[in-house]
Amino acid sequence: MMRGFGIIAATLIGFFTSAQAEESIVLGLNQSEVSISTDFTGSEIIIFGAVKRETPIPDGPELEVVVTVSGPSKPVVVRRKEKKFGIWVNTDAVEVDRAPSFYAVASSGPLQDVLNRIEDLRYKVSVPRAIRSVGAPMTIKDSSAFTNALVRIRTTAHQYQQNESGVTVDQQTLFRANVQLPAALVEGAYDTRIFLTRGGVVISQYQTLIDVRKVGLERWLYNLSRNQPLIYGLLSLAIAVAAGWSASAAFALLRR
Amino acid sequence: MQIYLPIAEISVNAFLLLGLGGIVGILSGMFGVGGGFLITPLLFFIGIPPAVAVATGANQIVASSVSALLVHLKRKTVDLRMGSVLLAGGLVGAGAGVVIFNYLKSLGQVDLLVNLCYVIFLGIIGGLMLIESINAFYKTRSGKRQPRKKHTWIQKLPFKMRFRVTGLYISVIPPLLVGAFVGLLAAIMGVGGGFIMVPAMIYLLGMPTKVVVGTSLFQIIFVAAFTTLLHATTNYTVDIVLAILLLIGGVIGAQFGTTIGTKLKAEQLRILLALLVLLVCAKLALDLLLQPSELYSIGFSS
Repeated sequence: MMRGFGIIAATLIGFFTSAQAEESIVLGLNQSEVSISTDFTGSEIIIFGAVKRETPIPDGPELEVVVTVSGPSKPVVVRRKEKKFGIWVNTDAVEVDRAPSFYAVASSGPLQDVLNRIEDLRYKVSVPRAIRSVGAPMTIKDSSAFTNALVRIRTTAHQYQQNESGVTVDQQTLFRANVQLPAALVEGAYDTRIFLTRGGVVISQYQTLIDVRKVGLERWLYNLSRNQPLIYGLLSLAIAVAAGWSASAAFALLRR
Repeated sequence: MQIYLPIAEISVNAFLLLGLGGIVGILSGMFGVGGGFLITPLLFFIGIPPAVAVATGANQIVASSVSALLVHLKRKTVDLRMGSVLLAGGLVGAGAGVVIFNYLKSLGQVDLLVNLCYVIFLGIIGGLMLIESINAFYKTRSGKRQPRKKHTWIQKLPFKMRFRVTGLYISVIPPLLVGAFVGLLAAIMGVGGGFIMVPAMIYLLGMPTKVVVGTSLFQIIFVAAFTTLLHATTNYTVDIVLAILLLIGGVIGAQFGTTIGTKLKAEQLRILLALLVLLVCAKLALDLLLQPSELYSIGFSS
């Protein structure tokens, strides 16, 4: 009985997805993980793939592709300075509940043409949609100024990117996107989404994770600092004292 | 050459850090200041998160201070007894300072208070020192020697102790109080306190400038080491790779600094330190008075 139900459910889901996505994504990545070693200076992820379809290319608007890569989120506080008694001090603060440490949107054309507002809202694609802020105090009327500032500061630091020519689509079938990861990268699982759109509406999406990890010495030191903080602290001090002593000994020899 | 820092989680230029450490090391060897008030803002500037900058700066100070202290020990310009008395007072003061700091933090606006503290103290100390040392400089030029030792109420206090290296026979109460006061300010302002300690030893205790540098370095090592351990175990913000890059420059710079220090006259040394203190003070004051180019800043919620 249970088994029969299972088969029906599976066929229903199968029917549902095939009706929704006559065109689906076959994906490739040049690297499914990014290793942060001591000489890490940033990395480029190349996301490429093909559109699989059983039927001929439909008429109407061209196929467009949007790719997003999002780093781990952390709540942040955005503070604003104001002049009080002649000096600039932090006054108002707004907490942003979700702000990815890294966020990149690459699209095959201007984002507002490729994706309409409702779809952007639903899938939280554009940079302002990827951040969520609900906790603005009642006294602050212009809370959007704070989220704008967050986007502005992080865009300057290349932590937030919007590249409207970052995806190339060939023959409405092959696509390729480049995402540049900056050197200041936080480790974690980077959520990667690919959307196929026609006329601003999402017709298919695909999601995968890119693992960003520290390796080797970086990994070892990071773990030591968290798991054995006292030993790590004493090690730092021992290095400091040893370096100070050896420099003084070396110079004493040189002066002689 | 770019190097990725495991705790700060950013990639930085190694040579830039070596140079930065070197400059701070030179100052450390010359004046006996740890350089925390200089290195922390410089690290902010190149994009190191503030918490990591403060904690790692303390570790670097240990290295350059050890490097410079060893030279002073060889020259016998360290008063270990005076240093220990100051340190004892300093640890008590630092303990009280941490309590006050946490209380102020719960009230908010602790950053502002720290900055105001800096501007006021640096301004007063730098200004007084500059005036005094310029006067002294002209007096020694014209050949007149001013009497240094004055008999004040300090001489009448009990618990007298002989500080042979310094050449003082005074009560332990003033050094203990000076140590405690500097420790208190150091804990609130997040620095080793060398730039307050050095003038305090010269003017309040009447110690000769040459001994002051080594003695100040001696007590800074302990204060900075304590701070490093505290940050490493509670906030996990000491970045060992960043520290190593800074301290390679720092220990070498400190050696050059001590050499420069011995070539200068005591008055010249004091004038230079006074100018440095005033420079940092002016920079901090401008930060408070001028409109910043970016009014917003991002911090992590606790």
